[in-house]
Amino acid sequence: MTSDATSTLGSAPAPGRDDLPHLISLMTGDEKHTPAATSTLDALWVLYDRVLNVGPDTVDAQDRDRFLLSKGHGPMAYYAVLAAKGFFPVELLSSFGAYDSPLGHHPDRLLVPGAEIGSGSLGHGLPLAVGTALGLRAQGLDSSAVWVLIGDAEFDEGSNHEAVAFAGAYGLERLHAVVIDNSSATHGWNGGIAARFAGEGWSTATVDGRDHEELYRAFTAPHPGRPHVVVARVEPKN
Amino acid sequence: MTTEELTMRDQFALTTAELLDQDPRTAVVLADIGAAQFAEAARAHPDRVVNVGIREQLLIGAAGGLALTGMRPIAHTFASFLIERPFEQVKLDLVHQGVGAVLVSAAGSYDWPAGGRTHMAPGDVALLDTLPGWHVHVPGHPAEADLLLRHAVAAGDSLQYVRLSVQQNREARPVVPGRFLTVREGGRGVVLAVGPMLDAVLEATETLDVTVLYAATVRPFDAAGLRAAVGERGDVVLVEPYLAGTSEREAHRALEQLPHRVLGLGVPVAEHRHYGSLPEHLAAYGLDAAHLHGRIASFLW
Repeated sequence: MTSDATSTLGSAPAPGRDDLPHLISLMTGDEKHTPAATSTLDALWVLYDRVLNVGPDTVDAQDRDRFLLSKGHGPMAYYAVLAAKGFFPVELLSSFGAYDSPLGHHPDRLLVPGAEIGSGSLGHGLPLAVGTALGLRAQGLDSSAVWVLIGDAEFDEGSNHEAVAFAGAYGLERLHAVVIDNSSATHGWNGGIAARFAGEGWSTATVDGRDHEELYRAFTAPHPGRPHVVVARVEPKN
Repeated sequence: MTTEELTMRDQFALTTAELLDQDPRTAVVLADIGAAQFAEAARAHPDRVVNVGIREQLLIGAAGGLALTGMRPIAHTFASFLIERPFEQVKLDLVHQGVGAVLVSAAGSYDWPAGGRTHMAPGDVALLDTLPGWHVHVPGHPAEADLLLRHAVAAGDSLQYVRLSVQQNREARPVVPGRFLTVREGGRGVVLAVGPMLDAVLEATETLDVTVLYAATVRPFDAAGLRAAVGERGDVVLVEPYLAGTSEREAHRALEQLPHRVLGLGVPVAEHRHYGSLPEHLAAYGLDAAHLHGRIASFLW
């Protein structure tokens, strides 16, 4: 019902998880979606629906939670969730990729309401999230959480490993990573991705990336004194 | 040659420690290099002096993240590891995110010749020229470094690069950020000396009837200052302590309404596979006073 592209959010009921496929189809022009478009969808929905302390009215609040989409490729699910949560009008989605649209095939934080970073080149989000967590800590904003979403293939980039090792050693408790694992890394991660984080002192959880309750429990698990990673496993890309 | 004991890097640590005390927005990010100089400041401000270890992608990424939260990050290491190695981070984690930072480099083009090519970054300023928004300062003396660092940190959320060197002039000049300073006036052309090249340029031109301009800030390029100095004779020699010709395009742009000639002197692009000392390298690059005299004189006469 709220998936009507021409509706405004004003008086209509807020879109839910079930409306997201239609919102994505406004960008892809197809009700059947590529895995890249939807691998992140459930994790993003649970975060924005139940975990993150940020909304359209608090995008500039100093003490908001920050969500950084590092895996900027295939941002349709991200845009759909932001639109569903009212960060920008649903009507914008159909402009996806157009010259004057704020919604590019990789997000630009200066153009997309609610986007904390611009991404596209892989391996930039986690280091930026480390700096964000350091900045919040230095300002005494201890209640704000920093979240960053990366992909299992993106994890190939060495910059991630600089950030994982440092954040673990530094005990950056307010830092959280979500790894969407759709088995797309060319050489795989022998022994699992979580082991790379655990080896550096992170708290870890590996869950079914389609199961909202499992995701929620993993997202909200306590992890005193340590950063936390949730590896969300979804259908293999290939 | 100099009685000044303090290096620009020493001054950087002193000035920055003071800024950390004064301004809660400031934060220093290090990648091991320089960490010893900041030990005391780190004890005083444990959340605002962060050493990420030997991780230069993270050095710039973390600076970008700090800036995203409203802090004023100051990131420091050798120029080769600050600008060249994490160049995409400079492009994306700072410029593309629309945030500012102060990047402070040491070692520059040739400060440690015995260290060889791996520790030489003569292309740093040219690389930054491929990105929008950078202010580039090249102090020639610790007192100028102090002034320019304070200016850079206080300059809102802008992008600032301060390039420190062990090569320095005998005396500090009354520099104004962004302005060229007239050090000597003459009638047969203008020699623009950048940062630590000033003493050699002054010695090289002692017997030549030329105007000597001094630049401790090269970006933005003080086009109006150069135009005012050239008068009717548009002959300009640039003497830069990094890649030769880096500012040629800026000089041409400044003088586009005037018939003019520009000679760009600096570090040659070719690898120089020798070790040895700084004076030996300056001579090999044609940047000591004797070579500069010959090159300037033959261009202007």
